[in-house]
Amino acid sequence: MLKKMSNLPFNGTKEQEEKLLAVIAENKHDKSRLMAVMQEAQGIYGYLPLEVQKIIADGMEVSLEKVYGVATFYAQFSLAPQGQYHISVCLGTACYVKGAGLLYDKLQELLGIGSDECTPDRKFSLTACRCIGACGLAPVLTVNEEVYGRLTENDVEGILAKCV
Amino acid sequence: MEMLNVKVNGIAVSVPKGATILEAARAAGVEIPTLCYMKEKNEIGACRICVVEATGARGLVTACVYPVTEGMEIKTNTPKVRAARKTTLELILSTHNKNCLSCVRSTNCELQKLCYEYGVDSTAFGGFKPVYQLDTTTPHLVRDNNKCILCRRCVAACQEQFVSVIGANNRGIDTCIGQAYNLSLAETPCISCGQCTAVCPTGALVEKDDTDKVWEALADTSKHVIVQTAPSIRATLGECFDMPIGTNVEGKMVAALRRLGFEKVFDTNTAADFTIVEEATELLDRVKNGGALPLITSCSPGWVKFCEYYYPEMLPHLSSCKSPQQMGGALIKTYYADKMGWDPKDVFVVSIMPCTAKKFEVGRDDMSAAGEGIADVDVALTTRELSRMIQRAGIKFTALPDEDFDPAFGVDTGAAVIFGATGGVMEAALRTANDVLTGKDNKEIDFKEVRGTAGIKEAEYNIAGIPVRVAVASGTANAKIIMDKIKSGEANYTFVEIMGCPGGCVNGGGQPIQPQYVRDTVDLKAERAKALYAQDEAMAVRKSHQNPIVKEVYDNYYKGGYGCHAAHHALHTSYVAREKYGK
Repeated sequence: MLKKMSNLPFNGTKEQEEKLLAVIAENKHDKSRLMAVMQEAQGIYGYLPLEVQKIIADGMEVSLEKVYGVATFYAQFSLAPQGQYHISVCLGTACYVKGAGLLYDKLQELLGIGSDECTPDRKFSLTACRCIGACGLAPVLTVNEEVYGRLTENDVEGILAKCV
Repeated sequence: MEMLNVKVNGIAVSVPKGATILEAARAAGVEIPTLCYMKEKNEIGACRICVVEATGARGLVTACVYPVTEGMEIKTNTPKVRAARKTTLELILSTHNKNCLSCVRSTNCELQKLCYEYGVDSTAFGGFKPVYQLDTTTPHLVRDNNKCILCRRCVAACQEQFVSVIGANNRGIDTCIGQAYNLSLAETPCISCGQCTAVCPTGALVEKDDTDKVWEALADTSKHVIVQTAPSIRATLGECFDMPIGTNVEGKMVAALRRLGFEKVFDTNTAADFTIVEEATELLDRVKNGGALPLITSCSPGWVKFCEYYYPEMLPHLSSCKSPQQMGGALIKTYYADKMGWDPKDVFVVSIMPCTAKKFEVGRDDMSAAGEGIADVDVALTTRELSRMIQRAGIKFTALPDEDFDPAFGVDTGAAVIFGATGGVMEAALRTANDVLTGKDNKEIDFKEVRGTAGIKEAEYNIAGIPVRVAVASGTANAKIIMDKIKSGEANYTFVEIMGCPGGCVNGGGQPIQPQYVRDTVDLKAERAKALYAQDEAMAVRKSHQNPIVKEVYDNYYKGGYGCHAAHHALHTSYVAREKYGK
């Protein structure tokens, strides 16, 4: 699947940049540490926008394309920011036949964002995932670490309300 | 060295420990097909076309990366191997744009050749087929990912140049070669060297074809269409017509250009002699007056663009001399147009170059000696494009007689001929500087330390009591090494020659395509350069300042010495610091 790029402007802080530069300083002696640096960068910023990838490329003395190639290859890296509440809807087979697609559509409608996007207030982000191993609870979604199961479209609003 | 004994299709051969099956097969005279493999540059075992059977291995193994073991018996041509290769080709074709009929690389495509040899069914696999937009954003190349087989040879070539603006993005069926953040190539710090186009096995990366502009000009009777050819073209053009690598085809090339309808056929070598006298003057001036040293050559537009992107703080070191291509165009549209009584607006200059970056160079700012809006050079064609024009015109190249350049800009020197090889500009400049400083016509004019295909060469000469420390680098990765040494103060050079492509212009990005197995087994740089050094050796005049046209122009047109105001106005240019990936 092609990764979606951020729909929001970059708003990194000076502190975040300093943290990242410190990580780079520790690792720049060894180019094979690139992935480790990218993981840390994602930890700091929550995702890897162009601005962050440029800092990594310059610091690690690798090309920007190299960083981008790695970022788009591995599922663990995200090019789009995650909200304070990151909602992941399982679209695996079991959940899908139990109506997960409807949940997903409803969430997009209520939040006004598309797949792999984040609300402008950075409160909610939405993504689809494949089986999380909770087929008995199908259809399921997770909000950050919390799992919600046996859902219908009508439950969605309540889940969002709980967050705010 | 420990040697291992193996058999390839029953042929016994000994190879050093660590050798791959492919190397053993080549030693035994057995060719195994490859697509992604580039010796020492791209050994990734990705395309799986080189699979073979080998004792001790489970299943088929990729010959390009699989090391041999003692007593190994390798079979490269069994039914199982042939079937696997055929399937691999059919899978590659399932997402390939098979418009071979008019593809620029037809008959010179490594994929097409294998498909023919293996008798593939081009419709064997259907299914999802990604559709890509062409990238036509740069002046020098076109990327068509619909013809890409993901071999990554272009990526390796770009990496070898220390540019790495292209790479594999995404994964699975979405994998494609492209730029970071899906930027267009024009938005990246690509240096236009075109090395990627020279190694692409298919038509996914090709030079931007400008031949239609030339056909149109040739048909326009109101235009004086003049052509000039770079030093290295005579050493490579023959390859497009199946002549041996390193054949000097100067005479046939001139004859072909005349038959194509060019009004005058000129030699960029003449312009190269102007470059040398101007550059040697600039060097001596900087040495005497404390200018920025080392002086670094600026003939190679790929290198110039590299410097602008990657070492903008070093731009004052670049010679302000235009490249021979641009000087040639400038001289044709000023001095020569004046002499012929032509309006420079009616003169159309085409140059035949070994280089895709020359297509970028013709559009640079500060390249219009004859006046605002009048480009020094109108169109730069690569060697490959010229060969296509010759073919389309129905000219039987190999049967042509040898003809001479038109004399007005066709007299050249040995110094100019060797511009086409790494170290050539340096040697030519040293020949002139040596004579100027000593005030003599020196007979010792071979500066052999700067010859050869090594990526970096250094030497120190004593010229009229002045120590001159020189360095020659080819390929921008080597340029980076030299530039870092200069910046850190580790090296204290006086004069540095840098060419963007490894080996210099003979190995330029616009030179004839040679399939990878030839590139792996023949030193193209050395073989092509030989033709140039042989011509230099045989010439009566081997120093740029002794070129009678140079003398005539400075005495009677500029009415001044080298570097005089008029010459400076027409033959020098300026550079710009470029920001990588913009703000």
